[in-house]
Amino acid sequence: MSADDLRGRFSGLFERDVTLALAVLGTIYLAYVLAGVAFGYGLRGQLNSIANLTFYIGVFGMLALALNLHWGYTGLFNIGVVGFMGIGVYVTALVSKPPVAQGGAAQVGGFGLPLGVGIVAGVVVAGLFGLLVALPALRLRADYLAIVTVAFSEIIRFTMMSRTFQTFTVPDTIDLWLFTVDPTADTVGLGGGGGLILNYPDPLEALLRTLFLWEPYMGFVGFVQRTLIPNNPKPVIDGLVYGILLFVCVGLFYLLLSRTGKSPFGRVLKAIREDEDVANALGKDTDRFKLTAFVLGSALMGLGGILWYSSRGSITPPSFRPNITFFVWIALIIGGAGSNTGSFLGGAIFAGVLYEGPRYVKNLVETAFELGDAPGNFGEAVAPMASFDPVPFVLYTLDSVSQLRLVIMGVVLIWLMHNRPEGLLGHRKETASSIDLSRPGGEDASNAAAAADGGENR
Amino acid sequence: MSESDDTTDGSTSTEEPIENDSKPVETDSETAEGDSTAADEDGSPDTTASERTPDTPEDAGVPTGSTPLEVEGLRRTFGGIVAVDDVSFDVEAGTLTGLIGPNGAGKSTTFNLITGMLEPDAGTVRFNGEEITGLQPHEIANQGLARTFQIARELEEMTVLENMMLAPKGQVGESLWRSVMPITRDEVREQETEQLERVWEVLDFFEIDHLADEYAGNLSGGQRKLLEMARALLTDPDMLLLDEPFAGVNPSLEKRLLEHIHELREQGYTFLIVEHDMDLIMNNCERVIVMHQGRVLKDGTPAEIKESEEVIEAYLGGEV
Repeated sequence: MSADDLRGRFSGLFERDVTLALAVLGTIYLAYVLAGVAFGYGLRGQLNSIANLTFYIGVFGMLALALNLHWGYTGLFNIGVVGFMGIGVYVTALVSKPPVAQGGAAQVGGFGLPLGVGIVAGVVVAGLFGLLVALPALRLRADYLAIVTVAFSEIIRFTMMSRTFQTFTVPDTIDLWLFTVDPTADTVGLGGGGGLILNYPDPLEALLRTLFLWEPYMGFVGFVQRTLIPNNPKPVIDGLVYGILLFVCVGLFYLLLSRTGKSPFGRVLKAIREDEDVANALGKDTDRFKLTAFVLGSALMGLGGILWYSSRGSITPPSFRPNITFFVWIALIIGGAGSNTGSFLGGAIFAGVLYEGPRYVKNLVETAFELGDAPGNFGEAVAPMASFDPVPFVLYTLDSVSQLRLVIMGVVLIWLMHNRPEGLLGHRKETASSIDLSRPGGEDASNAAAAADGGENR
Repeated sequence: MSESDDTTDGSTSTEEPIENDSKPVETDSETAEGDSTAADEDGSPDTTASERTPDTPEDAGVPTGSTPLEVEGLRRTFGGIVAVDDVSFDVEAGTLTGLIGPNGAGKSTTFNLITGMLEPDAGTVRFNGEEITGLQPHEIANQGLARTFQIARELEEMTVLENMMLAPKGQVGESLWRSVMPITRDEVREQETEQLERVWEVLDFFEIDHLADEYAGNLSGGQRKLLEMARALLTDPDMLLLDEPFAGVNPSLEKRLLEHIHELREQGYTFLIVEHDMDLIMNNCERVIVMHQGRVLKDGTPAEIKESEEVIEAYLGGEV
């Protein structure tokens, strides 16, 4: 199931973003449910599988949207996405982890502030680092920005791992401008190679408590336990609700970014992407626009990182290797740089088909054919080929599917570059304007020579 | 770049001060129609162009005397090459001034120095009495000095309309927050609606309204030149610098472009045009500046230029 199949299948409904998004999501979910049925999952298994899928669609959708602002709109070649994600979640952890007493366990503590404060701090700091990277780098040509950003994301990862930043001792009092604070925290830090244990309250619980929904929620969980899933349903429901929360965030991202895109501001960004000199010659201070766009995108990437990792039990530096950046790029390329709807769909398709899909295919094949054990190494897998017995090789391939995932992504990328470099929706006209640009007075029907496109909407 | 006589030239010969040996062409409608069938690349009939009233021969209502653009002692070197060497000239308000010269004479470099794309090593540029030397291109553009590029530089993956809507100055929606916030967004929409009317007017004026929804990248070379000029015009400039607006443009479109330029000049815009084609400049400009090897060789009326030995030498004796 490739992006193009989907496009062909739903070409009739192509005009409406919502229809298209629902169709793509529906197809992916249906495929997963059917796969679940084939595996003989119970309700619990199905829900788990869906929650997992939703999580990845949500995070990749969000990150692809943020990257689309950089690359799709402004043409800023940022390959340091994961660096901003890392900053976001590490700052959140630092601010919101409960403090530990000095001389206590080897544990690294935090400042113990509410999680909301931590998230805001994470987003702001990610944005500030965006500014820091952009200030010198925006004077460079596009490809140099790429080098700067990828180097930046690696610097961030090595900083996380560094012993120097592993722990700090916090002084007993800190003088701020107007008042003095006495932080309860005694040791804070980045935790070094061991990472940080995220022992602040579960983000979902924190949110629900803030909204005074925690009691009803627990009531609902109890109800499910009595009726549907007798055995500890809370993690499953947590996962599903968190998935919904992520989708709400995707919606907010989309709203913010499509408003940004469909405005004079977005128009200047597009112009910078096409030809910065021209934008400049038309009186636009392109540096300012590039800075603003870069900072906004970086902050959103930070938020994406927070939403991805903060519900985990712990974070470690290896999670922030550049491969995440390239996953987000693949999602954006599939969806079509320059289109917000496309970016989200790219994220969804990437998550559903390329990121999680291979594992499901493997399970499906294994369930269907009752195959034996896979050979232990490549030699054993290939040797039987001499006697025309491909089964061990197939088994071996299936067994290595999570490693082969990267190969599959590479193949898909090459195929896309050859056959549809603009991605799913890349060349659609998402007019950069807050209003409909057709001739005022509506007499344009006669001279709409080029009305063959679909995407004139706002 | 032939020195052919003007009767065969499709361009309008309008300006009376231009006195050369040929008689002014009194009508050009039949040439225009012949051209439109022969060489119109965009398929749009060009008949409207011939219906237009040809430009009035006298310089009606053009204020003279003031010089919005004053260039003094401009110099720029690239490595060992002196591209522009002590160039000084000024451009009178409401005129069409031509800047010509053989390849490598420094015309485009001069343009880039004036518009801030390059910084001069020495010299000053003053616009409307204010010094603009060394300002950023966008600052200069905002002072009312618009330019077009030698090779039409369209924003290819933006539609013609988006290209045009980009240009106007002082758009409130260029602030991210104003564009995103609910209340201020209404303001943005209001301003854009006003702006849109003007955009369509200009599209109609340049007769590219049928291309409004096309991607600029799909336009033909000539249409791009029109779009580029239309876009520059929407920045509401006092003066337009056109860098080879007729390069690669077919004769009928060239005629149209010229008509537009004359029409705009009568409305009070000032033009400085870089051009290779001697004839075109001679027949349309009140004043011609000839550059050669980075220097101003001659500055005067077309008649004076035509008689100048140095100019003939530069064009015929030097590289062409």
